[in-house]
Amino acid sequence: MYSPILRYVPLLLMLVFWQLLTVSGLVPPEMLPGPLTVAGALWDLIVSGELVTNAVRSLSRAAAGLVAAIVVGIAAGLFMATFRPFRLLVNPIVQIFYPMPKSALIPLVMIWFGLGDSSKIFLIFLGCLLPVIVSTYNGARGVNHFFRWSAASLGATKWEVLREVVIPAAMPDILAGCRTALAFSFILMVSSEFVIAKDGVGFLISSLGDSGTYPAMFAVIFTVAAAGFAADRLYAAFARNQLRWREP
Amino acid sequence: MTMAAIQDRSHADSGTGIVIDGVSHSYGSRHGSGVLALDNINLDIRENEFHALLGPSGCGKSTLLYLIGGFIPIQQGTIATRKGKVTAPGPERSIVFQNFALFPWKTVLQNIVYGLKKQGIGAAEAESRAREFINLVQLKGFENAYPSQLSGGMQQRAAIARTLAVDPEILLMDEPFGALDAQTRRVMQEELRAIWQRSRKTVVFVTHDVHEAVFLADRISIMSARPGRIQHVIDVNLPQDRGEEILERPEFLELSERIWRLVREQAISASRGEH
Ligand SMILES: Nc1ncnc2c1ncn2[C@@H]1O[C@H](COP(=O)(O)OP(=O)(O)OP(=O)(O)O)[C@@H](O)[C@H]1O
Ligand SMILES: [Mg+2]
Repeated sequence: MYSPILRYVPLLLMLVFWQLLTVSGLVPPEMLPGPLTVAGALWDLIVSGELVTNAVRSLSRAAAGLVAAIVVGIAAGLFMATFRPFRLLVNPIVQIFYPMPKSALIPLVMIWFGLGDSSKIFLIFLGCLLPVIVSTYNGARGVNHFFRWSAASLGATKWEVLREVVIPAAMPDILAGCRTALAFSFILMVSSEFVIAKDGVGFLISSLGDSGTYPAMFAVIFTVAAAGFAADRLYAAFARNQLRWREP
Repeated sequence: MTMAAIQDRSHADSGTGIVIDGVSHSYGSRHGSGVLALDNINLDIRENEFHALLGPSGCGKSTLLYLIGGFIPIQQGTIATRKGKVTAPGPERSIVFQNFALFPWKTVLQNIVYGLKKQGIGAAEAESRAREFINLVQLKGFENAYPSQLSGGMQQRAAIARTLAVDPEILLMDEPFGALDAQTRRVMQEELRAIWQRSRKTVVFVTHDVHEAVFLADRISIMSARPGRIQHVIDVNLPQDRGEEILERPEFLELSERIWRLVREQAISASRGEH
């Protein structure tokens, strides 16, 4: 079997290669500090408490935007799938906005919401909303009508069919949409803080970059990457557990 | 046959028949220019009757059951039961679909309990009744399995149990034993006949199997190839109590042979029609 530890050997190889590259002197250390230097800078950031406070600020924004997007997105997707006038109204809007990079809206959101938390939360909310709406809608539309018919012929009302049949049947798609949204929330968290923030990991990365403190900047970048990766793994385990019934 | 006749009969018994009056159905077009699946079906299914529908593949048997079940809107004609005209699905008309349609996110037990709870039965009683029906369809030991962990025949039996458990007045069955091996099929046929004799409900049973139809039914409708019409309605004059021994009786064999010839005529004209 393919053990989970073995799976990450390529990452280890990359670190080794990176260390060798900096030791060899082929790349100037100010362009790309070595992994050991970065690890030292990371330790300093942790000890000073700077990393933790900024990470907490960022993650709470991401969580607020993401949770709001999941709640609103599932409701809107289900409503679109079940109520034709709403679908006709909303579908073209969703289709136009779906492929648009939400970071393009940063200046506008800044004008609307100012520089505080609300502008970042709103941007994260917007970016996460569309994948949740689209996947919920597709999942709910694709529900095998025999499931709905079975429930109706056993005596379920329309509302019960929605709650007890459409939602669980669409759950694989809904969960996949939320996973995309989770990744978007990390991306938008960092990119919005680049532009409009006085704290948070995005702000930390850009200010460390501006001041030329590259090892610390790399340390923050890797922390964000690791946090995103961990969140995705956790989420995947949760989703797998929810969808146990699919496994033969 | 009219609504009044149905209502009159209902005084004598709690059962209900099905009056199908001038029902046509076409797919693929809202204005009737698509595929004509059913053409002017008139059929009076009596209360507490076990009625089998035989006909070549694609003749509209499933479509007719969906219309009786109220799953698809009736385009032309009417279908009425004691409860009035059929306009929507209802728990007095329960169905076993050709493709099972178990909820894949629920275990066998949860699937059956779901239907019982919808009838307002409390959790404890629903579970004990669900277990009875699981035993009846010989799925003991698979209560907590998900449909994806069962064979096709096992899923079909679980779906049958889910529908039988709610004890509907009208039982619609679309080739319910199609995925079963010969042995299990025989057991299930005898079980179904026994249940029907005990609980006296109206059954509409779609099948391809002439012997199955003759063994189970009181009357058999033979449908023409598409567009489906009722070609013959045949009485099955066999004793009410039917065990395995009946399969060797000359009356059983003669009737099966006669029906087989009628079905074959339809199948042949179907294959001609396709050229
Ligand atoms: N959803 C649909 N859209 C378009 N045409 C359909 C649809 N369902 C059925 N039909 C057509 O209607 C006809 C009747 O279909 P139906 O499923 O009722 O036949 P059936 O007698 O149950 O066949 P089988 O014995 O193979 O199950 C078929 O010829 C098919 O082409
Ligand atoms: Mg069919």
